[in-house]
This record gives sequence, C-alpha cells and structure tokens, in this order.
Amino acid sequence: MPLLQIEGLSKAFGGLRAINGLDIHVDEGEIVSVIGPNGAGKTTFFNLITGMESPDEGSIVFDGQNIDGLRPNQILQLGMARTFQNVRLFPAMTVLENVMVGQHSRTKAGLFGAIFKTPSQRREEAAIEEKAKDVLSFFGTRLTGYRHDQLSMMLSYANRRRLEIARAMATDPRLLLLDEPTAGMNPRETIELTELIGRLRSEKGYTIVIIEHDMQVVRNVSDRVVVLDHGVKLIEGSYDEVSTNEKVIEAYLGRPAELGA
Amino acid sequence: MARVVETPTAPEVELRPTPPIEMRRAVRLGLSGGAAAVLVAATGMVATFQPRMVIDPIVPLGVLFLYLVVFGFGWMAAQPPATLEGFAAPVIGLRNVVVGALTGLLSGLGLGLLLVLMTVFDLRGVFIELSPELVEILGFGYPVGAAVVLTAVVAAAVGALGGAVHLLPVRLRHSLMPALIWVIFFSLLTDLFGQLFTGLSLDFMVDLLYTSRGGALTIVGAVIVFVVFFVVYWFLGGREKGLRETVQSMPKDQRMRWQVGLAAVVLVVLYFIPQLMGPFVSQILVTAGIYLLMALGLNIVVGYAGLLDLGYVAFFAVGAYAGAILTSPQSPALSPELALVAALPFVMIAAAFAGIVVATPVIRMRGDYLAIVTLGFGEIARILLNSEWLAPYFGGAQGITNIPDLQIGPFSFSTPQDYFYPVFLFVLLAAYITLAVQKSRWGRAWMAMREDESVAEAMGVNIVTAKLSAFVVGAILASFGGALFGSQIGSVFPHSFDIVVSITILVIIIVGGMGSVPGVTLGALVLIVLPNLLREFSEYQFLFYGVLLIAMMLKRPEGFIPSKRRAQELHSEELAQDAWLEIYGEKGQPETVPEGAA
Repeated sequence: MPLLQIEGLSKAFGGLRAINGLDIHVDEGEIVSVIGPNGAGKTTFFNLITGMESPDEGSIVFDGQNIDGLRPNQILQLGMARTFQNVRLFPAMTVLENVMVGQHSRTKAGLFGAIFKTPSQRREEAAIEEKAKDVLSFFGTRLTGYRHDQLSMMLSYANRRRLEIARAMATDPRLLLLDEPTAGMNPRETIELTELIGRLRSEKGYTIVIIEHDMQVVRNVSDRVVVLDHGVKLIEGSYDEVSTNEKVIEAYLGRPAELGA
Repeated sequence: MARVVETPTAPEVELRPTPPIEMRRAVRLGLSGGAAAVLVAATGMVATFQPRMVIDPIVPLGVLFLYLVVFGFGWMAAQPPATLEGFAAPVIGLRNVVVGALTGLLSGLGLGLLLVLMTVFDLRGVFIELSPELVEILGFGYPVGAAVVLTAVVAAAVGALGGAVHLLPVRLRHSLMPALIWVIFFSLLTDLFGQLFTGLSLDFMVDLLYTSRGGALTIVGAVIVFVVFFVVYWFLGGREKGLRETVQSMPKDQRMRWQVGLAAVVLVVLYFIPQLMGPFVSQILVTAGIYLLMALGLNIVVGYAGLLDLGYVAFFAVGAYAGAILTSPQSPALSPELALVAALPFVMIAAAFAGIVVATPVIRMRGDYLAIVTLGFGEIARILLNSEWLAPYFGGAQGITNIPDLQIGPFSFSTPQDYFYPVFLFVLLAAYITLAVQKSRWGRAWMAMREDESVAEAMGVNIVTAKLSAFVVGAILASFGGALFGSQIGSVFPHSFDIVVSITILVIIIVGGMGSVPGVTLGALVLIVLPNLLREFSEYQFLFYGVLLIAMMLKRPEGFIPSKRRAQELHSEELAQDAWLEIYGEKGQPETVPEGAA
C-alpha cells in the first residue's frame, strides 16, 4: 500500500480547472518529482494535499487514512510537511525559533507549564532546542553558531530556503513536500542542495515529493517523474522516459508550427 | 571642526564631502513650525498656560511653550545629516545658525500672520480661543505693526539659538540641554517634587526652590536646579553608558549579581514610594499601575499573537463587574459578599469565559476584520452594562456601589498608598508571565501566528487553540486590573469602560514599544503619570497623545524601548545602507564602493 494515494482529485477556481481528475501515488521511501509548465497546477496540488485548500472532488489517503477535510495542522501531525515556493518563514523570529515552531505538534507543554516552569516543561523545552540545533546542523555551518539568534529576515535567499527545509524537518515528517527548493539559487548552491535532498532520504528516511523546474536536479534526485499540464497528469515514469516524451516537449515548448492545430 | 574618519583598511580612500543642509528643507520645516505655533496658539494653550509661571516672575509657561516649539523646529532644521560610510563628517558652522534662524523667522511670520488676521477680522465666532488676551500675549503688548516685526525677530532669534545648539561641543551640549529640561520639569512637576521633599523631611528645599507649595520655581530655585544638574551631567560626561557596557561585558554570574542587586535596590525604593509621595501621587501611580497591568495583557494579545483587539476594555469591565457583584452588598441580583481574594478565582473564570466569547467568532478572521469585530464587542459590553434590560443584574447606569476594600488576612487596604502594593504585585506578575511565556511553546506559536497565520497552521499550530488562549490570557490580566480598580474606587459604573480606555492602552503599547516590558512600563509612565502630574496640560491630554503618536510613527515606530527584534525588523533597511544608495547609487554615478566598506 502506497504512503500517499490520490484518486480523482479536482479543484476549480471559478472557471479555471486548476486540478482535474488527478491520480497520483507515492510509495514509502520514494523521491517523486512533479514537473510541468507554469500554471500546470503543481503548487495547487501541494496546497490540496496539505489541507491549505480543500478539493472539490477526489480522495487523498495518507498512510491508510483519508485526510480529506482535515485542518493543515492535523495533516502535519500525521507526518506530512512542506516548504513554500515563495519562501514563507516567520520573518521577525530568530532562525532557531523558526525551527522550534516546527516541533510544536510533537510536544505538549501548555501555558501552565510555561508560567510555573514545571520540570517536565523545562525538559521538553531543552529537548526542543536540542532538536532544533540538531536539524540546523544538517546544513553544515551555514545555519549554526551566531545564526541561531539572527532574525530569519536577515538571511540570504539561499539560507532562507535551507531554513524552510529545516523547519519542515523539525516536524518529524514521513513525507516531505518541497516546492521548488532550488529556485533563485546559483549553480553551486543548486548542486549542494541536490546532494542534500539525497541525504534527506538516506539519512533521515523521508519520502519526498519535489516540485522543480531545474531538469538537472530532477534527473539527479528522482526515482519517478510526474508531468502535469493544465491540471491533468500528462505522463509519469523515469526521467529518461519522460524527458524524451513528445507530449512533454510539446507542453513545455509548444506545438511546432508546421503540424498545425 | 570637520572630523576625518580614517578607515584603517583603506586609508587611501578619498572621503566625499557630505552635502550641506538644503535650504528647501529649512523652508519646509519653517512653514511646518509656523503652522505648529499657530496651532498651539489657536487651541488656547498659550492663553491657558500664560498665568502659570515656570520661573517666577520672568518666564510664563504660555510664551515658553510657544517658543519651545519654534526652538525645536530650528534645532531640527539645523541638524547635521548623518555621516554615511565613505563620506567625511559634515561641516558644522554658521550655516546651521542661519538655517535655524530662517526656520524660526518663517515660524514667527506664521504667528505674525495670525496676529494680523486676529486684529483685522473677528475670528472669535469660529475660533473661540482667539481671544484679545492672546493678541496681547503674542504681541508682547505692542500695537500690531510693531508686534509682527517683534514676533518675527524673536522667533528668528529663538530658531537661531536652536540651530546654534549644534555648534556647542558635545560635552557642553549634553550637560546644558538636560539641565534646562530639568529646570522645566522641576517647575511643572512641582507637586511631585514638593511631596518628595516633604516626604524626605527636606521642607526647607521647598522654601528654597519654590514660591510656595505647589507653586513655580523662583529665580534662585531655577539657578540652583540648573547648576546642580549641569554639574552632574558635566562630570558624568557620558560615563553612565560606559558603566552599562562594563556590566554587560561581565561574566554571566557576576552580571547576575549586579542585576539582582539593582533589582533589590529598585524594590526597596518602590517599597518606600507610597509613604514618600503621599496620597495624590500614589493615586496617580495606582491608576498608572492598573493601566500598565492591562497594557501588559494587551501586549500578549497584540504584540505576541498579533490579534489587534480594539475592544480590550470589555475584559476590564468584566473583571470590575465580576469583582463588584461578588464582593459588594449592594449588588442587585446576586450578592455573595465574598472577600476580594476569595472572589479572584471566580473573576478569572468570568474573564476566561469572556475571552472565549470574544475569540470564538473571530477564529477565522484576520487583521482589519478582527479589529472591527473586537471594537464592536467593546461597545456591546458597555451598552449591555448600561442597559435597563440588565439593570436588575448590573445596576444599569447607577452601577454597583459600596464595594468593600481589599482585605488580605489582617491587612486592610483603603488608601491609595495601600493599594500601590497589590497593584504593583499584579504588575510584577503580569511582567513575569509576559517574559516566561515569550520563550515557551505557546509563545512561539503565537508569534508564528502573528507572522503568518496559514504557514503557522501548516507547521502544526492549532490556530483555534492559539487564538483562544491568547485572548484568555489577555482577558484574565485585564480582569485583575478591573477587580482592583473597582475595589479601590469603591464603585463601578458603565461609563468608566469607554472605548477611550481601549485606545489609551493600545497607545501605551505602541508608544512604549510593542513586545517589550520596560517599554510598556515607560509608556504607561509617560502617558498616564505625566498628564496627571502636569495639571496644566490635562485639558489637552488627547491632543498630546495624537501629536506623540504621529511623531513616534514618523521617527521611532518601534517605540521608546523596543524589543530587540522589533528594532531590527523596522530598521533592517538602514542596516543595508539604503540611504547611501539613495544619494549616489540612483543618480547614475559610477558606483565606486570604497574597498573595505562593503
């Protein structure tokens, strides 16, 4: 049984069918890339499965449980965490605090504990901090040391993207959804991130779905590629199968003029 | 006296001269100064303040206040621009004085225009404050022609003085200006200092400095105050900042000892304050304490959780009425006549319930919508308490009277001096909760919700619980304030819970510094204690709130004492040296960034 099983998923915004009868499955331990031209419905797909938008039709089953209609925080609790295409950190919070928020759903302390500083609250707080530092150290020294106490708005663009991944990692996910993680990065940073995505699976054991435009990255990381266009799944298969497929080339580059409509 | 700052890494770099102050800016500020001076005169402040002497008998408050405005604008106009990286320090000289004089002259001409208009037309039908006495004061008693010239000359001179301040050596300037401000403070806060000297058994000081108890400073008194503070500041010479740095650079345990020592000293001083200050000042401090308690509560709701609650007074009312119903024998319907201490848990429950009632409808609302709905709740609370319909329970417009004094064991609290202690205790509690919660799981969840609600939810924060808990904590703190307020006054009436209370608390937070406990404390002192002590100004309290709020938003949006992160947030563009780019980057000049400057 796959970790994520989606059947007949549809979502319309007014007259625009952003997602139209989509069937996708993701197996445990897989890295699946979702590609497609702009406006193909990739980010809407992420929004639907994380509960940030509700689908019009279709079923989403995660780990054997139907998650349609759950709030985003409940879905996260089940083990699905995401990053955002247009980096959405908590700007006026420090790097460390951003990651510590990720631990929210995995911890229990209440206001009572915070006010009376109960031993269990203090233990938990120390564990949260420990965990956050551990997650940040996954990115080498880029987000450690003095960076811990820097506001996240002060970070460089690439570091903000890394911090978003760290925040998602801190939620202890089983399925990690990365929305264009290399957008805006320079070639060297892109190569570094590609390796990192591999390590996310090999060291942390996450299953990963990634939306990506950079074909080098897609080729290097994915077990399977799903191509979306106008909310419909065009084709899925290995990178080589997909990259040579005529329909895909057409979707990206347009129909050659002499063939006509 | 241009300083040349040499960058050790690149000493060969030629520093560009900082451009001089633009005259256009001076003209603009001069016109603003004129408008401000006319406004001060036309709102009646000058005429109202005139009988009050600052230094008896030579400096009346009305004229002083008017020309302080002119002085301020002159000073502002002549302020040298900031030295940017790669630029030489600005040259300070005659130009600053000229700019100040020009600004002053324009302000004076504004006043002159007002004088002429007042003489030629009868404006009193519309502007009732434009009285013949005002003409007399503004024109120094001369006929209008001479008066206009004289006003212009005096204003230009005052403006020039404001500009000339920048010419003084730093140490002199930093001793002279505070000393002059202290002279004005000593005169205006005559009640406070009179009480303080009496409390310390230094009655002879009152006779020495003031014409009478509660009167103005004498000339001798003013000179004494000026000299004492001048000498203190001169010999301090900015060393107090060095002391702070020394403490901050100490190892952790040594610094802790310093801080504990400081806290102990503050506590001891606070313990003696009510006895020293007497009932009048203590009452003001109790009022300020109750406002501070509520401001700390609202700070959690607005500052941490980002929920702009404009109806916060509703929780204050719930606390006051719950306390009154549970303790007063006069309570119309239910009257268990509990002691306040025994009633407090029930007050808390009532407040928590009220918090949930307000929060539930706004769970899926954000920003402006949430603000408007809470504004409505604040008004609904007052109208319900005032209504005939609920009068059998809450007493309607007659309110609930005969609320007994606070009694804890053998201690009974009745005078303002007594109430200072419990109020202070609750303020400490609120401050502790604020700080404890900030570095906790829910504190972070609130902040995440403030920053981006949808992302916070996608990162596992339960928005419903987060909103409810923020409102409940805020409501409970406000209800403590309400219960203390009712018990101290002895009665509660619906009209005490006006929307103005909500706005005042919000202004305290914004002006003081959102998210910062010292900032909110200072905000409460400035906005509640000062207007009550400066009795002359109390009529214009809200005018000053408005001016202060606008000035703060323009010059220091993060508040008096901001939390570290808010200061960073609001000034991040300055860190990026955008100002530098604005001057040279966009004019298309070659961007030769000096090496080592990057």
